[in-house]
Amino acid sequence: MTRVDRLEALNTLAAQRVVVLDGAMGTMIQNLKLQEADFRGERFKDHDRELQGDNDILNLSKPEAIVGIHDAYLEAGADIIQTNTFNATSISQLDYGLQALAREINRVGAELARRSADAHTEATGRPVFVGGGLGPTSRTASISPDVNNPGARNVTFDALREAYLEATLGLIEGGSDIIMVETIFDTLNAKAALVAVREAFDESGVELPIVISGTITDRSGRTLSGQTPEAFWNSVRHARPFAVGFNCALGAKELRAHVAELARVADVRVSAYPNAGLPNEFGGYDETPDQTAGHLGRWASDGLINLVGGCCGTTPDHIRAIAEAVKSAAPRTVPVVPRRLRLSGLEPFEIQAA
Amino acid sequence: MKRQGTFVNVGERTNVTGSARFRKLIAADDYEAALQVARQQVESGAAILDVNMDEGLLDSEAAMVTFLNLMAAEPDISRVPVMVDSSKWTVIEAGLKCLQGKGIVNSISLKEGEAPFVEQARKVLRYGAAVVVMAFDEQGQAETAERKADICERAYRILVDQVGFPPEDIIFDPNIFAVATGIDEHNDYAQAFFEGTRLIKQRCPHVHVSGGVSNVSFSFRGNNAVREAMHACFLYHAIDAGLDMAIVNAGALPVYQDIPEELRERIEDVLLNRRPDATDRLLEIAERFKGDGAKAKVMDDKWRELPVEKRLEHALVHGITDWVEVDVEEARQRAARPLSVIEGPLMDGMNVVGDLFGAGQMFLPQVVKSARVMKKAVAYLLPYIEAEKGDGPPEAKGKIVMATVKGDVHDIGKNIVGVVLQCNNYDVVDLGVMVPCAKILETAIAEKADIIGLSGLITPSLDEMVYVASEMQREGLSLPLLIGGATTSKMHTAVKIDPAYGAGPVIHVTDASRAVGVVQNLLSGNARAGYAEEIRADYRQMAEGRRRGRTDRARISIAEARANRAPIDWSGYTPPRPAAPGVTIFEAYPVAELIDRIDWQPFFTTWELRGRFPDILDDPKYGAAARPLWNDAQAMLKRLLAEGWARPCAAVGFWPAMAEGDDIRLFTGEDRARTFEVIHTLRQQMPRDGGDKSNLALADYIAPAATGLADWLGGFVVTAGPELEVRARAFEEAGDMYSSILLKALADRLAEAFAERLHERVRREFWGYAPDETLSNDDLVHERYRGIRPAPGYPACPDHTEKRTLFKLLDAEAATGVSLTESCAMWPASSVSGFYFSHPEARYFGLGRIERDQVEDYARRKGETVEWVEKWLAPSLAYDPDEERARRDAA
Repeated sequence: MTRVDRLEALNTLAAQRVVVLDGAMGTMIQNLKLQEADFRGERFKDHDRELQGDNDILNLSKPEAIVGIHDAYLEAGADIIQTNTFNATSISQLDYGLQALAREINRVGAELARRSADAHTEATGRPVFVGGGLGPTSRTASISPDVNNPGARNVTFDALREAYLEATLGLIEGGSDIIMVETIFDTLNAKAALVAVREAFDESGVELPIVISGTITDRSGRTLSGQTPEAFWNSVRHARPFAVGFNCALGAKELRAHVAELARVADVRVSAYPNAGLPNEFGGYDETPDQTAGHLGRWASDGLINLVGGCCGTTPDHIRAIAEAVKSAAPRTVPVVPRRLRLSGLEPFEIQAA
Repeated sequence: MKRQGTFVNVGERTNVTGSARFRKLIAADDYEAALQVARQQVESGAAILDVNMDEGLLDSEAAMVTFLNLMAAEPDISRVPVMVDSSKWTVIEAGLKCLQGKGIVNSISLKEGEAPFVEQARKVLRYGAAVVVMAFDEQGQAETAERKADICERAYRILVDQVGFPPEDIIFDPNIFAVATGIDEHNDYAQAFFEGTRLIKQRCPHVHVSGGVSNVSFSFRGNNAVREAMHACFLYHAIDAGLDMAIVNAGALPVYQDIPEELRERIEDVLLNRRPDATDRLLEIAERFKGDGAKAKVMDDKWRELPVEKRLEHALVHGITDWVEVDVEEARQRAARPLSVIEGPLMDGMNVVGDLFGAGQMFLPQVVKSARVMKKAVAYLLPYIEAEKGDGPPEAKGKIVMATVKGDVHDIGKNIVGVVLQCNNYDVVDLGVMVPCAKILETAIAEKADIIGLSGLITPSLDEMVYVASEMQREGLSLPLLIGGATTSKMHTAVKIDPAYGAGPVIHVTDASRAVGVVQNLLSGNARAGYAEEIRADYRQMAEGRRRGRTDRARISIAEARANRAPIDWSGYTPPRPAAPGVTIFEAYPVAELIDRIDWQPFFTTWELRGRFPDILDDPKYGAAARPLWNDAQAMLKRLLAEGWARPCAAVGFWPAMAEGDDIRLFTGEDRARTFEVIHTLRQQMPRDGGDKSNLALADYIAPAATGLADWLGGFVVTAGPELEVRARAFEEAGDMYSSILLKALADRLAEAFAERLHERVRREFWGYAPDETLSNDDLVHERYRGIRPAPGYPACPDHTEKRTLFKLLDAEAATGVSLTESCAMWPASSVSGFYFSHPEARYFGLGRIERDQVEDYARRKGETVEWVEKWLAPSLAYDPDEERARRDAA
């Protein structure tokens, strides 16, 4: 299948049923109990810094492990697998001294997912898709790192834009079908990413669907940077995404109201991939596949979502149960919303023309 | 006004070209004070903040970035969108890179031709902002209506067709120019704006129109009163023509109708270009209206000529905040020490307020407004007092720790009492709602409080108050304990709370206006002992009387009562099947639909204004307080609606049901095979002595199994939403208790109106047994319809714990965000829940008091102990559980 065929297949699929995303990458890597030597592989055996924990570098140092995880999710029934590139921007890789490799890590990350997806389609005839992931980075453009100086910032919009541009170009080169700006806790970071993604489309001549996924960090129902779901949507709507949604931080139970809020206001598809419940006192996740799927199945039958999957703590078993739970539900009907000037600060503000 | 939609004020004070004060603050790097300007703008109603740093001596780009980044750290400012205002594109772009929200660019235009215009528009779109486009092209600024419309239409086509800009994100600024300049060509400028706006709206679908209003009055510089009147008149006509938003000092606009008619007419002659001598005629009278600028000046400004002490008194009595800082500053400069301003004129003024209140010539809403003035005055003086390094504010007459007890969330009454006490120079430590006993006691001890005040609205709070009283006794305290709140009573205080706290006085305070008197008596050294003794003696007598009175009580047994159940003839009756079985959820229910259904009577009762609505507005005694309160409430409702403050949510459900004795069994499906939950109801036990009255239980209204009928029960939870709680807290934190209490009282009304509206829709649509019901609002208030919606915790079913079952049935917390406290109070406080019964004979009733035989039976049915039931149903018991137990133990 060519990229054009695949994008057409994606649109067809999204019209027919709820599309299934994959589950956690980090949890799966953790379960492999990899050692420092695994992270270094042959290529980085003499690197001057510790690399254990740099999951993204495994794309280069232990690619077969990543392909194995992608395979497991596809086998479980995921329609979209997301590249192992959550921290692969030059800004996040700075912590490991590998910022110069950002584009390569993204490109290879997309290639690995592409390889796994193509093999699956080859074997089963089922079209599956690669979501090129752009994580939030380790910095925030609208929140001060210094309590004594609220105006201070540890990263600028332009620095983020450049890092995201490089990462997106890598993801496109490696064969991504979708660009996923995800786990957004500061909307200004995401806006920089969205500018960069457009620039990458201009530069590469390839235009892909975009999925935008924010994170509601606690029960206040706001992003870390303070926006309500509707304010968040107003801030990113100009990118005309394929879907908008939320992932991470909360379990399905706690996330439902916020996804429902997005489903009410967003005139594009809605996506959601929550954690397997709230973390327990050891930072682990206890929700069983049946429990997660029970919640998400109800979301689907209530017509709240178009794309659904899992985040931290979810496994191929969770995705299998989720795929089963949503398979007979109709996807959410994208509503037509009246034309209004919709602005936002931390809160939404709507003006109706006279 | 003929138009629909909402008019938007854009705050203009954070603009260095428009505000000399702001320019000085930025030039001096005093960003903290500059932020304060932004905060005031938002507080006084600016829905969008215009930020402009265009000043030759400033590094505009750096100033823009610094200020926007600082603003981002202030949630009460950054909740509103920003208008990035500059004539330099680089400054605009730098600003856009600081905004996580969707803001507005002000502005771009065709001034330099199409190429740069298109390039800038593309970038604006990519950054995700809306855009103001000036009516300005290669030839210059448009002055006539036709040219304004032509340029805007050309820009519109480029933006929409070439750039792909969403038309609803385009805001045209067709240039407001000064009128009454003495130059004839300028006479038609305002009229051209009105007409141009009309044409733009016709020719460019979905766009908005904005303008900088202050330009229009430029020739009256130095005469702010006339300028502001001109702005108000200009807006009146421009909005009618289609103006959607304006950059304007929202805090300084007189109401159009309040402008003296003579002035208004001459201003309108100028704006509408109605006569050639219009400018001269306005100039003629302008001097008469000259002032140092603000709305009331135009109206009634005599009091401004009084000496400063009297001005402060006037402001306090009338609740006017506009000049407080100016007047306090004047008083401070004259006083020996800043503290003397508080001890002198401010205290004197508050004493006048206190006297008028005591004499029944001022009422709560006015007193709460006075407190707002006082707070602002004291806040202004505090830095001076601290700088003096002397002592703090003057010593208060006493310190009162107040709290709504654990498990309860209602605080309007408590807040009013707090404000009234503060007005009377008592120091109030308000611990808020859901306060555990230990925290109350710790605070009282640490703060060396003179009095503790407890408040509660739901019945389980009564128990908690008894507990607090007993803990005070155990801790060896002896300070007075005040009890207040809707569920409390003198009787309960006398019988339960007073005996638990023998070491100190306990006083039930019936309403806020009594609080000051009670506190005064308790804290006046000499009178205190006598006063406390008198109250205690009174309470003992009451408790004793009740004990004696109860010996001849007469209740019938639960078996007899059941034999006298409601005589409903089920034969030939078909229970209606709901049109929408299962649970239906409503999110962000339209507030506009609820406003008409508000029952205003209880709103005035909250403020202790007792009388029939709407007569009370013109009542000779209460009218002077009720009318402004009503106006303030309407203004706040309008803002609430326009700015989307409230997001009411609800869950409604219907389940297959069957009566089993006094229980109602609910099933998971219509096959009635699996039990979902069981609702437990209670039956009246008063003797009916042969009359035709029954001993009712709610279960009587549901068909029993023997009838073979497929009956249904409904349930609901509605809430005005947590957003209003948050906003009320923001008012509170900004020192505006009046707006906070007002908003909470409105939220309560909205929740009730929502419950009423939903019940109507249940009857007509969701259950659908009365599809053609047409009732007037009066009919609705008087409940002239079929079916009832009794609430757990209220007279027909006083057991609050049934709410837990109701919430489970509806999965209400997930659906509506309403949660139950350990005492089964609903949070947010502005929430209502209940059951729906559809039977035509169903009616509301009060349970009255019940006997131990029913309590034992009820405990069995619920699978709880008798003690547990006695605790939750304490106010409904016909006997004293402790006495009863003692009697049994003895026997």
